[in-house]
Amino acid sequence: MRFGTALRKEWLEQLRSYRLLITAVVLTLFGLLSPLIARYTPDIIRLALPQGEEITKLIPPPSAVDSVAQYLKNITQFGVLLALLMAMGLVAQEKDKGTAALMLSKPLGRSAFLLAKFCSLALTFTLSIVLAGAAGYYYTLVLFGPMDLGAWLGLNALVLVFLLVYVSLTLLCSTLTRSQVLAGGLATGVWMALSLLGALPGIGDYSPRQVIGWATALGAGSLETHWPALGLSLALIVGGLAGACAIFNRQEL
Amino acid sequence: MTAVRIEGLRKTFGRVKALDGLSLAVEAGSVFGFLGPNGAGKTTAIRILTGLARAHGGQAWLDGIEVTSRGGRRAASRLGYLPQDPAFYPWMTAAELLDHVGRVFGLSAGERRSRTAELLKLSGLEEAARRRVGGFSGGMKQRLGIAQALVNRPPILLLDEPVSSLDPFGRKELLDLIEGLRGQCTVFMSTHILADVERVCDTVGIIDRGRLVVQSPKKELLEKYAAPVFEAAADRGQEKALKAWVEGLIMSPPPWLNSAALTEELTARLLVNDLEAAKRELPHLLVRSSLVLTRYEMVRPSLEDVFLKLVKEGGGRT
Repeated sequence: MRFGTALRKEWLEQLRSYRLLITAVVLTLFGLLSPLIARYTPDIIRLALPQGEEITKLIPPPSAVDSVAQYLKNITQFGVLLALLMAMGLVAQEKDKGTAALMLSKPLGRSAFLLAKFCSLALTFTLSIVLAGAAGYYYTLVLFGPMDLGAWLGLNALVLVFLLVYVSLTLLCSTLTRSQVLAGGLATGVWMALSLLGALPGIGDYSPRQVIGWATALGAGSLETHWPALGLSLALIVGGLAGACAIFNRQEL
Repeated sequence: MTAVRIEGLRKTFGRVKALDGLSLAVEAGSVFGFLGPNGAGKTTAIRILTGLARAHGGQAWLDGIEVTSRGGRRAASRLGYLPQDPAFYPWMTAAELLDHVGRVFGLSAGERRSRTAELLKLSGLEEAARRRVGGFSGGMKQRLGIAQALVNRPPILLLDEPVSSLDPFGRKELLDLIEGLRGQCTVFMSTHILADVERVCDTVGIIDRGRLVVQSPKKELLEKYAAPVFEAAADRGQEKALKAWVEGLIMSPPPWLNSAALTEELTARLLVNDLEAAKRELPHLLVRSSLVLTRYEMVRPSLEDVFLKLVKEGGGRT
């Protein structure tokens, strides 16, 4: 009920609260820096360390694959951090301050209220990754030569899915409590739990972390796939949202 | 026609019974004062009516729609609601907030524009229309709160302590506004400020410990329940003596006395339950007290006297 109206408000809030700007700037910055770091790390080591010359002889010359690996490492680490920070107060803060009660006493559905929050943040991350991806592709092209554009688009899509898992789960945590600090703590716990599970043999193949493994393989030109991990990630996104809606619809405000 | 109907509403928080079988009915077009001391259950009842909280028993209807059932959300479009401490998105301007609320109610662009302008004028926020709500004072937020509650021209307006954070000037303005809504919509207003209820409400319901103590048209309530009141005003410099005299009465009350209290105007206010005995004995008591008086009279009882009497008795069911 009134999803469009709720989404419009959320999108305006993304703009006015600088959430979009911050996310776009941080991720684009890493999109720009990653190829530069990959390209110039051997030079930095050579110039900065006393035995740098010898060490750099042991390192293979940097390539586009290193640039992609650097990009994925930075974007996923800071992306997850941003997902947690941006989503942890989305519902908890509105419940605590009373704005949720004011708006939800009107003909605005609770599920629409929640889904609009997810969609606006998903849009923020999509735009930010488009910018970061364009920046990363351009600098990789300049510094290392051409890359497979299809693979680049595919790996960025996988990064987006990976980050949306954390947006969805953090939104679920934010629905559970009135405190955004507690919501942030819960979401951090979920992040750590998923990271630990991802390291376990067998179970790790299904972990959202393996979606980034797939993205890395795409960047390296490998045909390796991780469909179970992608499936589970999509299930976590949908499940997180469904759980948040089910809980929120039963809550008193 | 009944606009608000509540039957046997129950709600508990742990062991505390916030609502203990509350029942009442409010006629359409009236300004209903929902009175009660702090913690009586007023806000809980209003939150159930808005669908923000669930009842543990009983039923409630708004405009014939049962809000305590699954389909209760349908009533939201017929409702205007001002919470006790209205909170808004601080990054929105006042005009944007009213426009957003208009969108939630499905108003067209033209309707939203005209309604926003109309309500900004009505709430005295025309000059602050383009200012962000985050910088508003408490009074301005309260006025914006009433404006947003009126966006959909609601048949039923639920106001939870609407004037509690306003200065006397803002309070008067808001009460005038509420008074102006009489006949246009049903106003259900919770408060513990009796003077405000006495001024604007035509029907009063008194709630205590989650139960309705009494519900009646204000005039009938005053006639039926208000025992006579005597006031004795003392001269300046008599503060201590007057206080001691009132305390003495409270400590060992004569049988005809219901309650005694000191007002801010150096006046003792005595609620009596036996008018003839009080008329006979009170002047003697005053003479014996040697107080220097400037006034002694029997006055019209106020709603406050009725409220205190009924809540003190904890009974008086209709």
